[in-house]
Amino acid sequence: MSEPFQKFRDWIDNRHEYAKEWKATRNRRIAGYFCTYVPEEILIAANVLPVRILGSHEPPTVTEPYVFAMFCHLCRDSLAQGLKGRFDYLDGIVEGQSCLHLRQAYNAWRLHIPIDYAFYIHVPHGVQTRHALPYYTEELRKFKRSLGEWTGRKITERDLARGINVMNRNRDLMHKIYEYRKPNNPKLTGLEAMEMVLSSQMVDKEDHNGALEELLKTLPSREMDRNPGVRLMIIGCEDDDRIFMKNVENLGATFVIDEHCTGSRYFWNLVDSSIQDRLVAIADRYISRIPCPSKDWPELTRIKQAVNLAQTYNVQGALVIQNKFCDPHGIEVPPLREELKAVGVPTYPLEFDVTVPWGQFRTRVEAFLETLTGLEELF
Amino acid sequence: MTNPVKKYPTEPLKCWNEAKSLRTQYYENYLHAHKNGGLRWAGGAWSFSSVPAGLGDDVHSVTGEPYGATIAFHKDFASECHDAVEAAGFPRTLCAYMRNYWGAILLDKFILADGRVIPGYPTPDFIWQDHICCSHGKWYEIVKWLEKKKGKEIPMFCTDVSVGYSLTPPEKFRVDYIVNQLQDGILWLEKVTGRTYNDQLLCDAVWNEMKSTSLWAEVCALNQVIPTPIDEKTMYSLYVIGTLMKHRPECAAFYEKLRDEVQNRVDRGIAAIPHERFRVITDTQPPWGFLKIFRAMENYGVVSLGSLYSFGLIGMWEYQPDGKWIPKPLPSSKPATREEALRAIVEWTLNRPEWAHFYRPELKTQMMKSIVQQWKANAVLLHYNRGCEGLSVHIAENRLGLLKDGIQVFSFEGNMGDEREFDYPGTMARVTAFFESMGLEKLSTEGGP
Ligand code: SF4
Ligand code: SF4
Repeated sequence: MSEPFQKFRDWIDNRHEYAKEWKATRNRRIAGYFCTYVPEEILIAANVLPVRILGSHEPPTVTEPYVFAMFCHLCRDSLAQGLKGRFDYLDGIVEGQSCLHLRQAYNAWRLHIPIDYAFYIHVPHGVQTRHALPYYTEELRKFKRSLGEWTGRKITERDLARGINVMNRNRDLMHKIYEYRKPNNPKLTGLEAMEMVLSSQMVDKEDHNGALEELLKTLPSREMDRNPGVRLMIIGCEDDDRIFMKNVENLGATFVIDEHCTGSRYFWNLVDSSIQDRLVAIADRYISRIPCPSKDWPELTRIKQAVNLAQTYNVQGALVIQNKFCDPHGIEVPPLREELKAVGVPTYPLEFDVTVPWGQFRTRVEAFLETLTGLEELF
Repeated sequence: MTNPVKKYPTEPLKCWNEAKSLRTQYYENYLHAHKNGGLRWAGGAWSFSSVPAGLGDDVHSVTGEPYGATIAFHKDFASECHDAVEAAGFPRTLCAYMRNYWGAILLDKFILADGRVIPGYPTPDFIWQDHICCSHGKWYEIVKWLEKKKGKEIPMFCTDVSVGYSLTPPEKFRVDYIVNQLQDGILWLEKVTGRTYNDQLLCDAVWNEMKSTSLWAEVCALNQVIPTPIDEKTMYSLYVIGTLMKHRPECAAFYEKLRDEVQNRVDRGIAAIPHERFRVITDTQPPWGFLKIFRAMENYGVVSLGSLYSFGLIGMWEYQPDGKWIPKPLPSSKPATREEALRAIVEWTLNRPEWAHFYRPELKTQMMKSIVQQWKANAVLLHYNRGCEGLSVHIAENRLGLLKDGIQVFSFEGNMGDEREFDYPGTMARVTAFFESMGLEKLSTEGGP
């Protein structure tokens, strides 16, 4: 079996071409979104293609007049893509309230890049309060109405059911593929898992589901001709740095699980289709999903999930990724490390910026891997 | 020889010492609350402080941001706090107030308003917070976590207020979301303290808070006259009373007295600085360890008469139909029931000017332009504050918006609570060059150029 993950890689590498072609052939609109708190179900129900806006890991100097440089590179790099015209096919942008950083990218985009439609969803932060659900449902009703006005087409219950089904299918299939990360010799690398999830945020979910179904047919018989080495976990901020993943895995390790919003946190929870009112069901999914740290208070619930994943996937160590200036994640680093340590998972923190200084990181990651294998004691 | 710059009469504020003693008393009350069977709580300056007031008059708080600023002002202690927080593994890019606050807990020390550092951090009985900035809820989540490591379990309640901002009255479902949380909050307060809640005390506290925040705006509005009766550096020592205890009767009473005194200064032409000839406003918290900037500005005849921050962090304002920005008048009657009180304070709070920029930079720019015009400011000094992502969010957009309207803007980078990130000589060199480009020369001691 040759390169079963190539399709996902190609989609990422040619994401803009894909989107332009999709638009031309289907004559439908495309909306960019910044954070995974945007309920894609409703966009799909409106026949709008949701695509995630992400950076390109080039220094985002063009954003200097619009965003103070003390905000995280993801928000600046994402905005830079818009300013450079790379997303010129977008008809609209949507943001689902999360951190202040991405909110800035959204607002600067709204103010400085010509766009037909911009909607800010006030996703509650208080996801641990019982009042979040009715509030968020009402907010989603507004979003649905607004989308209907924009597209000139009323969104029906049937449409919502379709949106939920396609999203749940996608999540379910990715869950199944993540199961293949559990064996001693995983059937996919961390890089491949990342490429699968990332591409899901960029292309039509129906196309993605098709590719996942194909993959599931062949994956069980896949023979990996590599030594998996140390079983690692990657946790933290948004991270789509494929080069970093590849480089670490080339040092004699495999990322067998992740906990970030370009990985498991994006798709882990499904919409409960037994809930009659579909908007309530969607609202419920985003409120009860594994939270972004920006919404995770007064109890640190995400850390429990990270610990659970580390144990279920039998990891030997974890790299904790902190995007420079990211407050929600940065605040959680010490308790996260402590909880993982308590279950016997050593961690190593790395601060990411728009580009990763691999030269420095290599030595540090190698040293960490050596501590995990006990090799350092030999010398 | 050029003419000397006009000299205005100045005099110290009479109620200055009262502000000082209110502040000292506040920290002492918190510290000694347990001695008299009282309760202590911790939370942010924006939390709904009138709600715990319903537990009784012996319930005292320490609000986080002013406490973080107090630490910042005492640079040596601040530096110890930063070291402790970094040693505990937290990034140094986080909110500087929050790091100062955690640092004191980690060091197990408490700083009083006058800079005295005493051993033993006085643990609160409960945490009562709200959340609009990324760090609000998480700040106290970590306080809870740090205290737990010391074997202390602190219950925490945090109200989500991130429902957006609008210049028109907020939609009902948004208000309901917050009111419903506060209703739960009251039941929670009863449970964690074992006390019976008193709705009358809540109604009084809500009314006091509305009075205090409206009165503070009235004080700030008096700075529209030339010469300005109080400058921003002085205002920092006065607005802080509101950030500590906006719901207390002594706060409302103090602001009433202050408003009358400032009015009297206006009537008599008393100025904040003797040689006022160039009026500026600032933005966001200042670098607290370097308030001498304001004195250096005076040497050029420059007065800072306020900012959206010092006017609107605590003060409540509203736009009139003619576009004028005025102190928000009190509602026609005081709330009489729990539901009325909660609804009133939520609707009032959602109007807080310093919340606008969290959502739409255009709204903050509009308010800043109103201040420039109504307060007759010549320029805006924008502090790109690395210490506070909450108040720096969208600041670059505000700069663009002001420039677009032909307003002079000088921006500088700093940090309100971490002196390692503020270059005082460099900033002063740039700011004086800016004043010189505005045609100002340094004044001689006699006030001549
Ligand atoms: S990395 Fe942090 S600051 Fe940046 S977008 Fe994600 S949560 Fe926000
Ligand atoms: S970043 Fe600013 S707004 Fe946020 S908690 Fe800190 S001081 Fe407050």
